Amino acid sequence: MLLIACPFCGPRDETEFRCGGESHIARPGPAETVSDERWGDYLFNRANPKGVHLERWLHGHGCGQWFNVARDTVSHRVLAVYRMGDPPPKDLTP
Amino acid sequence: MAEIVLRQSPLDHLSLDARAVAEPGPAGVVAGERRFVAKVNLRGDPADEAFVKVAKGALKVFLPTTPNTVDGKRDRYALWLGPDEWLVIGAPGTEGRLVADLRKALDGIVAAVTDVTEGRTVIRLSGVHARETLAKGCGLDLHPRAFGRGRCAQTRLGKANVILHQLDDAPTFDVYVERSFADYLWRWIEDGASEYGFAIVAEPIMAALKARRATR
Ligand SMILES: [Zn+2]
Repeated sequence: MLLIACPFCGPRDETEFRCGGESHIARPGPAETVSDERWGDYLFNRANPKGVHLERWLHGHGCGQWFNVARDTVSHRVLAVYRMGDPPPKDLTP
Repeated sequence: MAEIVLRQSPLDHLSLDARAVAEPGPAGVVAGERRFVAKVNLRGDPADEAFVKVAKGALKVFLPTTPNTVDGKRDRYALWLGPDEWLVIGAPGTEGRLVADLRKALDGIVAAVTDVTEGRTVIRLSGVHARETLAKGCGLDLHPRAFGRGRCAQTRLGKANVILHQLDDAPTFDVYVERSFADYLWRWIEDGASEYGFAIVAEPIMAALKARRATR
């Protein structure tokens, strides 16, 4: 089980959280200028890296807040935890 | 606010009062239900000075901004639930007044006041093995160096979502459990505590035991 440090509550078991998929996906716009291909990419295509992955997590059984996690998909190590709206930390070595 | 005459605790069917003892003796865990404790969910921006000041004035307790902490005593507490969310606790029957006072005081300020009294009931757990009992099904570090008096947490206990609040060093815990999980969690606690000796006490006796322990 992962031990995830919620930026608000501190370290908690993975079972208190829900993963919300890849982070930092910006909605393209204005909608009428966006091609079908771009919309498709925005809606369906996600990165699936072997290594550092930036993802959103929800502390559903705790404070109810969303935040970002940088996780190494190989080792499952949580490399960084940062708040929604913040840019990812620069130095993320797995 | 629900009509008082229609109120039923989610643990009524367990007839806890009929099983309650006057003197728990050497029981390692003593438990009882605290029925109909007033619970009000309060949301607002802790960076908004007006909100903090007005809420403090209406509640007579601070809204803690340190995560997982509680302010208050006896019948009135404010539990930190999130960066902009608190659970305000009051004596049974006071939720209507509490909500009215808060709404009036917070008029014109961005805030949300919601009566959630009926959503959960409170199981109070006390005794030298209360901590071990909870630790059987809780991922939190409940050791006194990590979780002590005046601390709270929203977390999982067994398979239920709970709000934990440690009241003293006995240790005594209040476990706020959603009403549909109350039967499950009570049985889970009773099962987990049986190896330490388990006694049920009625609510007034629990308060008396606490007072006696304090004067010892
Ligand atoms: Zn949290």
